[in-house]
Amino acid sequence: MAIVPNMPRSWRVETKPHKFCPGCGHGLVLKALGEAIDELDIQDRVVFGCDIGCSLLAWDFFNVDIVQTHHGRTTPVMTGIKRARPDRICIAYMGDGGGYAIGSQHLVNAATRNEKITAILVNNCNYGMTGGQMAPTTLPEMKTETTPYGRDVEETGYPTQGPEMVAAIAREGAYTARGTVANVRQLKNYLKKALQNQLEEKGFSFVEALSGCPTNWSTNAKATWAFLEENMTKYFKVGEVKVPVKEEE
Amino acid sequence: MVEKAITGEKRAFMTGNEAVAWAALAAEAEIMYGYPITPQNEIMHYWTRLAPKYGRKFLQTEDEISAGFTTCGGVLAGKRAFTATAGPGNILMQEAMSMAEMLRIPTVVVVQQRGGPSTATVIYSQQETTLTCFGGNGEGLRIVYSTSSHQELFDYTIKAFQIAWKYRFPTFVLGDGYQAKMRESLYLYNPEEKGIPLAEPYPFLGQEGRPGVEREPSHLRNTYNTEEELYQIISRYVEDYERMTPEVVEYQASDFEDAEIVLIAHGIVSRAARAAVKALRSEGLKVGYFRPITLRPFPVGKLREIAPKAKKLVVAESAQGQLFKLVQEALYGETVPLEPYFKPGLGITSEELVEFIMF
Repeated sequence: MAIVPNMPRSWRVETKPHKFCPGCGHGLVLKALGEAIDELDIQDRVVFGCDIGCSLLAWDFFNVDIVQTHHGRTTPVMTGIKRARPDRICIAYMGDGGGYAIGSQHLVNAATRNEKITAILVNNCNYGMTGGQMAPTTLPEMKTETTPYGRDVEETGYPTQGPEMVAAIAREGAYTARGTVANVRQLKNYLKKALQNQLEEKGFSFVEALSGCPTNWSTNAKATWAFLEENMTKYFKVGEVKVPVKEEE
Repeated sequence: MVEKAITGEKRAFMTGNEAVAWAALAAEAEIMYGYPITPQNEIMHYWTRLAPKYGRKFLQTEDEISAGFTTCGGVLAGKRAFTATAGPGNILMQEAMSMAEMLRIPTVVVVQQRGGPSTATVIYSQQETTLTCFGGNGEGLRIVYSTSSHQELFDYTIKAFQIAWKYRFPTFVLGDGYQAKMRESLYLYNPEEKGIPLAEPYPFLGQEGRPGVEREPSHLRNTYNTEEELYQIISRYVEDYERMTPEVVEYQASDFEDAEIVLIAHGIVSRAARAAVKALRSEGLKVGYFRPITLRPFPVGKLREIAPKAKKLVVAESAQGQLFKLVQEALYGETVPLEPYFKPGLGITSEELVEFIMF
């Protein structure tokens, strides 16, 4: 008898197995997200937007309405939908290039305006889809296709710390956190809180998820997890960065 | 139910930008997304003053990239959404409009042309013709109305919503800084009272019912895996576009039956052209007039009917040959000579056209 894997109810079974590389973290982020959607029972209200880059492979991932947009432009598309239909739960799903490089102005301004949407950004320290170039999140000294001798911070600056940046910009009511695919339960918890924040119309919500890219890192399973759990978490601190102040009981 | 913005017919004297804002209200546009750029700013200014009174919305975005993509979002959500821009803003807007072409999102964009290239002038030109017709990394599957007066700005802005939603191609109203800033008289009216149909919007995303259970989910993408897959999609879009063309193509033509020279112009320059033709006729010269109203799709059929009877065609425009190229393409194979009258970024008067043709 075939073993049926335990999938979130909001997943679209017909499009599984998914299209991400073996060992990619996207599947785990989307599992955590699927569970969060299920637990909040918002499947019929969610509109999910995915970016260009590996995140676009999520375009048919869920049994929710999905639009795959342009590189960096998922945040404005979801903002446009939310402004026109405030009753929808809008999720903008992107990579580190989409959110911190080409679409950084959209992330910054959506946070400034406290848009009532949820942005989820998967940080794997490189541009995966295009073949492993330096991303805003590439760690110092890390080798990529465009930093073959290692990232020189004198030349290219330090990696972007997204949730910290968003927390500094966003007003009271916003939620920002950094989770990791190494702790899916915690990540799900953050995603759920982010969505809850949107449901309660408190403000912008942003979750970065640390994730592995064995294909472009050229790492085996062990080395992938070691890089994720040791190297990345030294620079990118996992935890909640900004949470709305609890109302008086 | 929110109060109607316009009832009955009202004579007004206002700027073109104001006329566009009233037209969007009359067309029951529900939300505008915009970013400041001269000479379209007052569309936003009037909209932001009027919109709350009629339950409409506005979002000022961080740039035109965002204005274009939020407009796409508004339309995907099932609303009559629009934006307005000009010049360098029009360049940035093209990225979103390329997605609108691929996903068949019926966006409405009002362009008030300014000088180019680059920042150039904030005043006037017809240099955004090529960009507006063919911007993006695709085939220019869009509808472009080139207006020549405030009445037309009002009429075609209303029409743009209806046509965009009917055929699902991004639709542009191509005005210019003169039309935007000048005051002129026009009639404001409620289109429904005149039997002019309004756009019938529907959501592409966020419909009722649980996706995958009570209905199929909407999964929209603009990325394809193979050349064949893309080719199939684009071929179908091109077929749709060609089927639509005879239904939407518009032009003005007069005095061409016996014309030896036909003067061709679009937008506000066509007013100078029409006046010039009238003046030249009174001098006994056999001069005709042709004006494409839709630049995309271009009124190829009518032009090919008129052109061979003339000895010469004169193309006048406030650009260095952007309309000329469209005319050339439409007339491929015809031998009638084309004479350019190009004034990039500069207005054109009827007097100078009369002089050019007479001497």
